Amino acid sequence: MRWLRKNLVVIAGLLTLAYMILPNIVVMVFSFNKPNGRFNYSWQRFSLDAWKDPCGVADMCESLSLSLQLAAWSTVGALVLGTMIAFALVRYRFRARGAINSLIFLPMAMPEVVMAASLLTLFLNMGIELGFWTVLIAHIMFCLSFVVTAVKARVMSMDPRLEEAARDLYAGPVQTFLRVTLPIAAPGIAAGALLAFALSFDDFIITNFNAGSTVTFPMFVWGSAQRGTPVQINVIGTAMFVLAVLMVVAGQIITNRRKKTATA
Amino acid sequence: MSTTTLTKKEGAAPVEEPVLRKPSARKRLVPYWLLLPGIIWLLVFFALPLVYQASTSVQTGSLEQGFQVTWHFQTYWDAFTEYWPQFVRSLLYAGTATLLCLLLGYPLAYLIAFKAGRWRNLLLVLVIAPFFTSFLIRTLAWKTILADDSLVVDVLNALHVLDVTSWLGWTEGERVLATPMAVVCGLTYNFLPFMILPLYTSLERIDGRLHEAAQDLYASPATTFRKVTFPLSMPGVVSGTLLTFIPASGDYVNAELLGSTDTKMVGNVIQSQFLRVLDYPTAAALSFILMAIVLVMVTVYIRRAGTEDLV
Repeated sequence: MRWLRKNLVVIAGLLTLAYMILPNIVVMVFSFNKPNGRFNYSWQRFSLDAWKDPCGVADMCESLSLSLQLAAWSTVGALVLGTMIAFALVRYRFRARGAINSLIFLPMAMPEVVMAASLLTLFLNMGIELGFWTVLIAHIMFCLSFVVTAVKARVMSMDPRLEEAARDLYAGPVQTFLRVTLPIAAPGIAAGALLAFALSFDDFIITNFNAGSTVTFPMFVWGSAQRGTPVQINVIGTAMFVLAVLMVVAGQIITNRRKKTATA
Repeated sequence: MSTTTLTKKEGAAPVEEPVLRKPSARKRLVPYWLLLPGIIWLLVFFALPLVYQASTSVQTGSLEQGFQVTWHFQTYWDAFTEYWPQFVRSLLYAGTATLLCLLLGYPLAYLIAFKAGRWRNLLLVLVIAPFFTSFLIRTLAWKTILADDSLVVDVLNALHVLDVTSWLGWTEGERVLATPMAVVCGLTYNFLPFMILPLYTSLERIDGRLHEAAQDLYASPATTFRKVTFPLSMPGVVSGTLLTFIPASGDYVNAELLGSTDTKMVGNVIQSQFLRVLDYPTAAALSFILMAIVLVMVTVYIRRAGTEDLV
């Protein structure tokens, strides 16, 4: 009993973790299922069919590649625009700072469905055809604020004297930026990029409103929840999960090695 | 926010003020050039759409004849009186999910910050890892977990939990799927990481010596938590609850996939009015009301919590 009271936090925490991981385990297990009907919701029998033929469902892999392209371009767009804003906010004085701060904060404080609906009214009123470009515009818009926040946090903790030192040592503005500023800001920019990619890749609500007949991967999953869920969806979900975890583990091992060689 | 070249904030490295030279005219324009593209993007694709939505909400007409601005504010009243149950439900579900996220997320964040030791990084990865499987796929997995004769539901039935919850109106009979409980469970699940990560960041910043000091002054673990740890984690609590409540209040995915027609939230209505019924004025009015409610609640909440430095 005393042991229980002492470890209450640990037990509660691990239970929460189990709650968070459980669906991923279900997704993984059901990627080896052979469902009887069109829906993959109840376990029937073990099969490797879906893993042998991951693109065997019409249009699924096309939607996946579209989502990856969208995420890549949104990341690039949001990163360029967001990094510029972050530097301006931290490094310079100018008018209307408060208004600009609110303009950047508001998209994060707005339910997604509101942004989705209002963007759709803009496109409808202007007679812009919905498709890849409208989705890309929307994704860059909502990723932008998150990139600004991530990069800003990093730039704010940077010591400007390092750049002054570079200038004193006769580095030009471009050289200073490329060889001093950018490398120091890199972790913030990388965090922003990761966030933007994940947000864009997994976005459903804004995309659903503004995609017209274009089908991204989340929209494909949404559609299949109505028509019938192919096992291949679980294969993709599992593969992405495993790949991401492997990448994190590999990154951890590399940094550990570097630390060891640095101290040796 | 200070107007010096360096924005001074707690946590930023203590840096000496550089001597301010009077910059040349060209140099003074640099920040504007840096801001211009991004700000234009936000103005055109975030602010302008809100204006268009406001104008759409006071239009009348039909899809065939086109819509005209007629300043028909009646739409707002009609939309609200017809769909107020969905508004109430949205706020209720989102509020419950936020509270549950806090209750479930706090122990885990605490565990990672103070008790995990060398397991810390692994636990952090496990919190973030689910993100890499599309959230729609993971939400569909709850259909399996909460299915009518699944293990979870059988256990809840055997423990007579479902008798209590169905008496409270959260579930119906021996079912969990297609009930409010399933929707709240899905919302809680989907937004938990958004609660845990800010909580963890603010807990991790707490100086461990403060705990020792509290113990040295004969504070029990409970008192230490109540008087030291929890107050110091308030910034995390505030941003975590905001990051959970705001998206949850506008969500329609969980209500659609895990709920029934009786659990529709306001997001579901906006979605179907916009994309299926094509009644744009009503949809725009609903969306505007939701925005107003959320913004007012967020502002009041931030004021009361006293943390303005969220950005």
